[in-house]
Amino acid sequence: MTGLAAVASEREETSGVLTRDGLVNLNGAAVRFDAAGVLHWPDEDLLVVADLHFEKGSARAARGAFVPPYDTRATIAALEGVVKRLAPRRVIALGDSFHDERAESRLAPIDLDRLAALVASVEWIWLEGNHDPLPPSTVGGTCLKELAIDPLCFRHEPRAGRQRGEVAGHLHPAAKVGRVRSVRRRAFVTDGARCILPAFGAYTGGLNVRDKAYAGLFEKSRLIAWMMSDGRLFPVRAGDLLSD
Amino acid sequence: MDTVERPLPQKFLDWFAGRGWSLRPHQATLLEHGRAGHSALLIAPTGAGKTLAGFLPSLVELSQRPRWKPGTRRRGVHTLYISPLKALAVDIERNLERPIAEMGLNITIETRTGDTSASRRQRQKLIPPDILLTTPEQLALLIAGNDASVFFEDLRTVIFDELHALVTSKRGDLLALGLCRLRTLAPGLRTVGLSATVAEPDELRAWLMPQQGTDLVLSEVVTVTGGAKPEIRILEAGDAIPWAGHSARYAYADLLDVIAAHRMTLIFVNTRSQAELVFSELWQMNDDNLPLALHHGSLDVGQRRKVEAAMADGRLRAVVATSTLDLGIDWGDVDLVVHIGAPKGASRLAQRIGRANHRMDEPSRAILVPANRFEVLECKAALDANYLGAQDTPPIRAGTLDVLAQHILGRAVAGPFRADDLYAEVTSAYGYRHLDRDSFDKVVDLVATGGYALRTYERYAKIKLTADGTWRLTHPRFAQGYRLNVGTIIESPMLKVRLGGRARGSGPVMGGRVLGEVEEYFCEQMAVGDTFMLAGEVLRFEGIRETEVIVSRAKAQDPRIPVYAGGKFPLSTFLAAGVRRMISNPEEWRSLPGPVREWLELQRQFSRLPRENELLAETFPEGDRHYLVLYPFEGRLAHQTLGMLLTRRLERFGVGPLGFVATDYALGIWCLHDVGAAFATGRLPLSKLLDPDMLGDDLEAWMAESYLLKRTFKACAMISGLVEKNAIGAEKTGRQLTVSTDLIYDVLREHEPDHILLRATWADASSGLLDLHRLSDMLSRITGHIVHKRLDRISPLAVPIMLELGRERISGAAEEDILAAVMDTGLAAAMR
Repeated sequence: MTGLAAVASEREETSGVLTRDGLVNLNGAAVRFDAAGVLHWPDEDLLVVADLHFEKGSARAARGAFVPPYDTRATIAALEGVVKRLAPRRVIALGDSFHDERAESRLAPIDLDRLAALVASVEWIWLEGNHDPLPPSTVGGTCLKELAIDPLCFRHEPRAGRQRGEVAGHLHPAAKVGRVRSVRRRAFVTDGARCILPAFGAYTGGLNVRDKAYAGLFEKSRLIAWMMSDGRLFPVRAGDLLSD
Repeated sequence: MDTVERPLPQKFLDWFAGRGWSLRPHQATLLEHGRAGHSALLIAPTGAGKTLAGFLPSLVELSQRPRWKPGTRRRGVHTLYISPLKALAVDIERNLERPIAEMGLNITIETRTGDTSASRRQRQKLIPPDILLTTPEQLALLIAGNDASVFFEDLRTVIFDELHALVTSKRGDLLALGLCRLRTLAPGLRTVGLSATVAEPDELRAWLMPQQGTDLVLSEVVTVTGGAKPEIRILEAGDAIPWAGHSARYAYADLLDVIAAHRMTLIFVNTRSQAELVFSELWQMNDDNLPLALHHGSLDVGQRRKVEAAMADGRLRAVVATSTLDLGIDWGDVDLVVHIGAPKGASRLAQRIGRANHRMDEPSRAILVPANRFEVLECKAALDANYLGAQDTPPIRAGTLDVLAQHILGRAVAGPFRADDLYAEVTSAYGYRHLDRDSFDKVVDLVATGGYALRTYERYAKIKLTADGTWRLTHPRFAQGYRLNVGTIIESPMLKVRLGGRARGSGPVMGGRVLGEVEEYFCEQMAVGDTFMLAGEVLRFEGIRETEVIVSRAKAQDPRIPVYAGGKFPLSTFLAAGVRRMISNPEEWRSLPGPVREWLELQRQFSRLPRENELLAETFPEGDRHYLVLYPFEGRLAHQTLGMLLTRRLERFGVGPLGFVATDYALGIWCLHDVGAAFATGRLPLSKLLDPDMLGDDLEAWMAESYLLKRTFKACAMISGLVEKNAIGAEKTGRQLTVSTDLIYDVLREHEPDHILLRATWADASSGLLDLHRLSDMLSRITGHIVHKRLDRISPLAVPIMLELGRERISGAAEEDILAAVMDTGLAAAMR
């Protein structure tokens, strides 16, 4: 009896957020925020990843900052790992997959082959981003502007106002907590109705969820930032999040 | 009259005579060295007239130079003076102008610092002054100019003031490389180093000379000994010396009496925040309304200048200051120096005490105010050391590679160069004399394309090897980038603190005046409503707007954000040995204050007093935890490193370490399980735990994930030009577009772990933040001399560090603990 009561009260606490097996309720879809920084939707056998920013390193180098040229390699390796682990049927990359329009042409041949092989291994969909409005031409996959799979809708840039079911990237959400000593991490942000994914690319920075760029997107009382750290996720409620 | 007896021209003799002075022996010797074209190091205590002695040969030479005739070629700079502080350069200009004017010498003298206007800089290039006073960064910019060879071709003398302070940092590296360049531009130049007393004068003598081959080339040296013995005492303030802490509040009432009894007191503290605290407390207790002031590097420049002027005019009775006033600036009539907290090094103490009574023949008076019981021991040891004239300045370490990278780009900005020539030039610097050619070439490659094994950046190269065998800059915009990013001081960007109104709705109310600056890092930890101290006031944090921190006046008395107050300088090896000796030898306790004596006596009865070369390890339970306290006395940095390594080991042995805290004297670790029992039963032999082999794999593994290394990497990456310095003021939304150096570090370490910049980072961290050298010396020293005391409760010696536990955050705490503390536990549990 008591055990059941405890479960019931826990249900109460977390109602609307969690469904069975720790899956998160996102506008009616049962999805999982994966600690590697991707969204997994088991019912649809779908994996979603945002803001890969391939060849950001070489873009910086072109302007005289010679950051290590291994970011693309590191990003592909991480992506391979998560695709292998979750074995999805379909992958959606939410735009800004390539850092700029010429990024694809700067890929080292070895990186290009490896990416093409990964893309070919599943049903791969590239959504357009503001950094990469043109579809990639050499790595395969399908290119779309946006994609709806009921009850969710996938696009690069979040639309203003409440957009139920929208899954987007673009903003590179990061969250900050800790009063005496602070910790800032990439994070999934959601209010149960829509979700913004953290940027996945090796050199991608983060924009604090308290920034005005997020204004009006979420129902604040239900907002949770799922912060990524050390291979784990830490769900934090809006009240504990600090601005920069 | 022969010239040895009368080394000075008549004008100079008259001027000396007019002030009742005679030429001092060291001044005469320096004049001779000058005439002979010899480089020389002058070592003298404060007040010995070092500066005049350094400039005298140049003044004499310039006074005998024929007038410049209009229509002939403009002459370049004759004497270059380099000081670590802008303020010092300005001060020297003032001090030199008087004798030049009074003797009617036709010598022009100018300063060039970051504050010098663009038009004045331009004019200086067209009409160089005879004597130019400047800083290491400005020198780097000057030699990177394409007109450097003309500007410096007449250079005869380079004077380095406060050389002992300059050479031990990366700024010293930049300066050493700049000096090599100057030697090429003006082959006949000689150097003059002005220094306080140092442990190893030969290092400085070698630093001043071009090196070649294995035998060190040394400059001449002139040492001024003596000066009256300083009168130093430790403040006697009754029985109230606290166990721990850094504020020394117990002594303030006595301190005000001491201030009232002197003309002008300089009160030194170790950190900015400590200065704020001491000043505000003294101010509140200051019933006699003595004019007191505060001076430290975070305060607004205008405010600092006001305080300095008031000091010079004798309008103040006391100034609370940090190291901004450390170096030889002459500020009025100080007749007492008070040092709050332990001085951390005997040389530092001597330097600060030299501020009082800036005349050689009268004794300086100083009072030390230890803030806690261990500091009483340290002050006592420092006092003995100062009497003995012992010195513990750090040795000059090998030149850093990130600074070399910056210098190489600067060299290319000045014009094309050959690698062979530059290598020969660079290795003539004392700090770079052991630099091998392979490393040098790697650094050139780092500058050119980043130096990666994956050669994909060739087309973006900043410098390129051309057909004629010279390296050339590929685009003028890289010269611009170099000029914007020159320098080695990048640790923490500063934000202006502006008085505004309370935050309402969307953000803080803007508007008031600027109070000072704080480190960006400090603000990152604050939330709206948090209070902290600056400029003697408790302020409420309202938010950050662009490059400014907006604050309002807080009603609260106590700031909520605590700041580490122990100082960034760790206890010197020399003082540490003194403290160890004092503890081990009850004979020496007689001169200690009663409470401290009783404390040591109690420790002897209850546990044990560590012998001079022994490491005492105490274990005891307290609450539901088990404590291990070690007393290595090796300084906070080495203890922190030891703490990191020991917690890893204890974890592996299943003792369940939960955290640790390190002070300058001791290291405390708390564990879930009975660590004392583990030692006593031999399950975990203490000697095995403290085996020097921890500096192998364990160190490697820890360093790899340590945030310390990331922070060090950031500095190296910025100095070397791999990434630009943080452009504060860039739009905040631009943040998602910048690449954090942490991410770069992770990627580089994974894909190219032996990259030259990682090597530079490791070298920096092990000598700086980790103090590895000291830790390793300690571990070998104590091998076979480790004593374990298993106690049933806390020992008297352990009380200070146990009190720190409640006060300080746990250094080793994982960032994940911070996250875990705020996360929604229901959700997190359900996700498992």
